[in-house]
Amino acid sequence: MTTVSFELTVNGRLRKATVPARMLLSDFIRQELALPGTHVGCEHGVCGSCNVVLDGKAVRSCLMFAVQAEGSEITTVEGLARGDDLHPIQQAFWEEHGLQCGFCTPGMLASAQELLAENPDPTDDEIREAISGNLCRCTGYEFIISAIRSAAVKLREADTETTLQPT
Amino acid sequence: MSDHLKSNVIPPSRQREAPRAGLTWIGQSMMRVEDPRILSGKGGYIDDITVPGMAHAAMVSSPHAHARIVSIDTSKASALPGVIGVYTGEDLASVVEPCPSFASPPITQHAMAMGKVRHVGEVVAAVVAEDRYVAEDAAELVEVEWEVLPACVDLEASAAATGDALLHPDDRESNVALDESFAFGEVDRHFAEAHHIVKRRLRWQRSSAQAIETSGVVAQFDPFKGGYTIHANSNFYNFIPFVIGGALRVSPGELRIVPVLTGGSFGSKVFSHKIIILTAGLARLAGVPVKYIEDRLEHFTNSDSHGSDRLYDTELAVAGDGTFTSLRFTVLDDYGAYLQFGVGTHGNAMAQVTGPYRIQSFGMRVRAVLTNKTQQGPYRGFGSEVTNWVMERMVDAAAEELGRDPVELRVQNMIQPDQFPYMIPTGNIYDSGNFQKVLSEAQTLFDLDGWRKKAHAMRAEGRCVGVGVATCMERSVYGPTEWWSLNNKETPGFTLTSTPEGITVRLDPSGKLFVTLNSPMVGNSPETVVAQILAERLTVAPEDIVFNYSDSQSGFNGVGPQGSRFTAMIAGACVSASIRLEEKLKRFGAHMLQRRPEDVELRNGTVAVKGLKDQEKAFGEIALTSSFFRLSFPDGEEFDSGIETTAVYDHPLSTDPAEDRSHLGIFYPIVGHICHIVAVEVDPGTGKVEILDYAAVHDNGTMVNPRTLAGQVWGGTANGIGTTLSEVFNYDETGQFTNANFAEFAMPTANEMPRNFKLGHVETPSPFTEYGIKGGGEGGRLGAPSALTSAIEDALSDRGVKIASLPVTPPILRGLIRSAEQAATR
Ligand code: FES
Ligand code: FES
Repeated sequence: MTTVSFELTVNGRLRKATVPARMLLSDFIRQELALPGTHVGCEHGVCGSCNVVLDGKAVRSCLMFAVQAEGSEITTVEGLARGDDLHPIQQAFWEEHGLQCGFCTPGMLASAQELLAENPDPTDDEIREAISGNLCRCTGYEFIISAIRSAAVKLREADTETTLQPT
Repeated sequence: MSDHLKSNVIPPSRQREAPRAGLTWIGQSMMRVEDPRILSGKGGYIDDITVPGMAHAAMVSSPHAHARIVSIDTSKASALPGVIGVYTGEDLASVVEPCPSFASPPITQHAMAMGKVRHVGEVVAAVVAEDRYVAEDAAELVEVEWEVLPACVDLEASAAATGDALLHPDDRESNVALDESFAFGEVDRHFAEAHHIVKRRLRWQRSSAQAIETSGVVAQFDPFKGGYTIHANSNFYNFIPFVIGGALRVSPGELRIVPVLTGGSFGSKVFSHKIIILTAGLARLAGVPVKYIEDRLEHFTNSDSHGSDRLYDTELAVAGDGTFTSLRFTVLDDYGAYLQFGVGTHGNAMAQVTGPYRIQSFGMRVRAVLTNKTQQGPYRGFGSEVTNWVMERMVDAAAEELGRDPVELRVQNMIQPDQFPYMIPTGNIYDSGNFQKVLSEAQTLFDLDGWRKKAHAMRAEGRCVGVGVATCMERSVYGPTEWWSLNNKETPGFTLTSTPEGITVRLDPSGKLFVTLNSPMVGNSPETVVAQILAERLTVAPEDIVFNYSDSQSGFNGVGPQGSRFTAMIAGACVSASIRLEEKLKRFGAHMLQRRPEDVELRNGTVAVKGLKDQEKAFGEIALTSSFFRLSFPDGEEFDSGIETTAVYDHPLSTDPAEDRSHLGIFYPIVGHICHIVAVEVDPGTGKVEILDYAAVHDNGTMVNPRTLAGQVWGGTANGIGTTLSEVFNYDETGQFTNANFAEFAMPTANEMPRNFKLGHVETPSPFTEYGIKGGGEGGRLGAPSALTSAIEDALSDRGVKIASLPVTPPILRGLIRSAEQAATR
């Protein structure tokens, strides 16, 4: 089996890896880095539950090989909270009941981060559009939309420069 | 009351906590206890479980719908480096027995096929390897020689099939696995006397829950350490050892099922017994722990959770003044290749088959047809979502044929608020309700009169805009007689009547309540519900309650979240536990306060002297003293150390089916009511439906947590929108399942949801459950299809389009519009 060696930054930490060339980024994150918060729902690029933030963009980790992330900066759901404090987007999901089973949630959080970094005051339709590539079978989306709307307010009030990168 | 129901006596209420105003925690939209760990990515789903030495399984699945397995060559696969073993159905059968079945007599199903396959995706061999990539490589090297058999795809054709087209010639001489007829009340007389009979042929096509997480198992076998340890995302982990112990050839006690957080179920993971048996058997054969997580394709084609797939020929008998007198139908249901739960989904529908209406009798012939498709399992509604739609379709049809307003006709026939508890012809009761109030609140919320005028005006401009109203029942707190009550009465099978739910509560010496639950978290809010109820009953703060889940060996009596039962059932267990803890706390606390137990009460987490302000002992101090300072109390068992209790709540209200099946007993009596009203616009050129406005009012009795209940309603409504407008499993004539992926099986995204959904609640408490709580996990899907169908038909009323089949995807609806246009010009 051909293996490849590479480096990347995950949740602010430099990681070095040697893995089979065909290993998916989603499997790499879950198994090699032991960060199981990134979920796999379809492995064919539709559900968005595997979304992570890679260099500022929400991407499908099931559609990339791990090696393609060489040199990039990735934020997974594990990189959001600061110590005991949930990230404002997570907090908003909690307050607004933006999750039920939680399986789609890490992917939703990734899509929300990308949106709010680019558009700090989105309309509901812009929020809908931003999460239209994320399937949720539990919530009917309404409270996810409320959560992202509320997260936008929190982030604007906190005047956080970027929602994306851990310090 | 009709004579046939006289023997079905309603038992007295066992309610201890009356519904009342002024509760502190019940009724609050408390933020969920479960969320922080899930939000931080630390939920612990099945695929997050690893155990030392764990190997991975990949399956070899049938590409054929119906075929004999001539031979399987595993040699190339076995030779691949990293492969631990390759196993066929025969190998698996050396360590496990066939799957359990509620059908009686059973239809034999093996967790891995032997001899022949009966649907695309059925597993014929499995590879266990060091990692999943290698396992999948090896699975591709397994060579199977097939002899293809005729595939049964069409429901009616399969019912008539013979010879090689029979699916289970050893178990049944026909592909009709069950054919039973029932008359509840004087059906024939009511039809003979009817002034008008409305007839419709109605079709409901298959789809399924497709939770975003698939099913999975991690199984370990150690013959020297007591058998199997199994992690599984089954909803039913405390019961399932008794169901599958036989299949795994161990006693239930040698089967430790460990629950995990589950990424959605909606019924699809209620049992999950096949995947547990399959993975456990592989672990035993391979001699290493094995993880098997279905991929999405396998979840579509092999997880045995397809929803109802029915054809109804329905008749409604109506008197001269528009009063409904009787309902009857013949239903054919395409169960797929096996019959794991018998016709439990039809048993379920008997709970509310006559809807909110005063219909005196009901008759049915049910035929369970086997075809070469994945077999059915539960999906939100468990069969009642279909009969709700059938009933509402029939009411709309009656209104049209009689020239009546559909809402007014509903109101005329509705059960009146003073008629509860109301027994329907099948014998089930509706405990309480006020359907008129639910309807009128929904009408106001939606502005029905305004919308009807608007829609009329828009139609006059040539737009296809319409409004639909549905008034439906939402049965909750299921009783298990539904699994077997429609089986032939000579061979009823396993006549289960228990659905207990248990809880263990311990007051820790630090003053925290440690709670152990016996049912898993599947996206519902078990911890939040229990926190609110225990906080209420024991006067503690919810943050002082800590949660834990038993495994099947440490646990006691849990049936899990299904049939919208959990909240009402666990509330009962919480009350039982609280009564006992209160007694203990008062005994210890009173002694510490040098008072009699009858002179003290629970107050804000203390035992306090009645009428006196400062005379109190905090629970923590009592727990600490009772745990570590035994000598501070008198001798005698009643002062044994520690404060802990385990309590079980049994179904609050059920009776047995009549032996002659003239009624089915009371089995699903805690009944909510829902009204959905929707306005839609159809694009006649494309058949696309846009939802313009939507209002839903639900009555689920006393609400424990309005926010989480709203989440259930929203989610269920999204499922119902998918069921109506976009979701259907396509099988071609050879039995290929052609859209088994998320790209082509179109579940609603955020864009398909209504923009201005209005939700209202009416609270008519149950007189039978604690605090009057009713279940509310399925209502959205129980109401949305009826309202939407009605609205679409209204939108296209000028074009004469009739909707008799769901879903109406854009191409299907476009086809209906085109046929109506052609009929009009002919
Ligand atoms: S798992 Fe990657 S999109 Fe579904
Ligand atoms: S919360 Fe369950 S899939 Fe979104």
